[in-house]
Amino acid sequence: MKIAVTSTGNSLDSQVDARFGRAANFIVVDTETMDFECISNDAVSAAGGAGISAAKTVVDSGAKAVLTGNCGPNAARTLAAAEIKLYANVSGSVEDAIEAFKSGQLAESTGPTVDSHFGTGN
Amino acid sequence: MRKSFRVAIASGKGGTGKTTIATNLAKAAAEKGATVQYVDCDVEEPNGHIFLKPQIESRKDVTVSVPDVDKDKCSGCGKCGEVCQYGAIVHLGGKNVLTFDNLCHSCGGCWLLCPEQAIRQKQVKIGQVESGKAGKVWFGQGILSVGSVRSVSLIRHLKQTVDSEGLVILDVPPGTSCPVVESLKGADFVMLVTEPTPFGLCDLKYAVELVRKMGLRFGVVINRDGCGDDRVERYCEDKGIEISMRVKDDRQIAQVYSAGGMIYDCLEEYRMQFDDMVEMLGALL
Repeated sequence: MKIAVTSTGNSLDSQVDARFGRAANFIVVDTETMDFECISNDAVSAAGGAGISAAKTVVDSGAKAVLTGNCGPNAARTLAAAEIKLYANVSGSVEDAIEAFKSGQLAESTGPTVDSHFGTGN
Repeated sequence: MRKSFRVAIASGKGGTGKTTIATNLAKAAAEKGATVQYVDCDVEEPNGHIFLKPQIESRKDVTVSVPDVDKDKCSGCGKCGEVCQYGAIVHLGGKNVLTFDNLCHSCGGCWLLCPEQAIRQKQVKIGQVESGKAGKVWFGQGILSVGSVRSVSLIRHLKQTVDSEGLVILDVPPGTSCPVVESLKGADFVMLVTEPTPFGLCDLKYAVELVRKMGLRFGVVINRDGCGDDRVERYCEDKGIEISMRVKDDRQIAQVYSAGGMIYDCLEEYRMQFDDMVEMLGALL
């Protein structure tokens, strides 16, 4: 199964980016083989609708679940519409987050964890 | 007859006294016999009505078009999502197309490009435009609906209700972002109201940069003159910016203001300053 983890860097030892919409990168990893690719998030500097375009990037990557820190309402709605599972409140390294997911330690989020524009300084 | 003369009262910083200047100027010009239209473009928080106390004669809802996707017609090509710059319509594969009314800027790209004509235009209300009379002054204001972010569209609608005659006073929202740009469009002269404080100066610089970029003629009004420091003055001198008016830092003005009164009605000693300003604007014609 492919999952996407928001990441501040481009490798498995990078930290999980606390923001979804304006995360620096998505590490998309195959949980069976641990093969991964790093997709940079074009929405990081979007004027608006960052969460939605970030979610669209995840949809296009083929991932079926997202691991991140916080997720806003528009992103959560988009992920839900695409039937992508959301696991928020995740922190630490990307690798640890993946391991936690694989061992079933993460709880699925049922909706957004923060309001719009959270973490953009507004 | 010459078309209207449009004066925009703007500022970088909020709370510098735009509405105080705009409403008193409207009153002063009307007293001189001019045809005056006061237009409150601060649609997120219009407050000119508190001072001008207009009789509202007309209220109209303002709506904008947003996409409504007919899934039966959709072929899942995704062109709608590709063209949208705001994430207001997103294609998630197949016929799974999601829309976000609040993010749409009504550019029309999605419904124009849809090869199946599967996107209808749905109307959503963004606010109201009200107009009426405040004594001799024609009064207009926009009121943005709670939760709507479409202030630019509402300002555009509001400005379309203004006649092309007489003196038009545009009370502009604070800041230097899109609603300000929309409000300033078509202005013949801009008055940038500021206060002699570091905050006032900081935001004045942004405002000056904006009006210069838009190629608009402008002058500065220093409100609460006498408080703070002289940096605004030095800045204006340095940049060759005309100081069109100074309003003294006077407790009486604050008292009149906080009771919803107007300087022009209550404080005779300041009345002449607004009369002078009307004359100054007349000379710009």
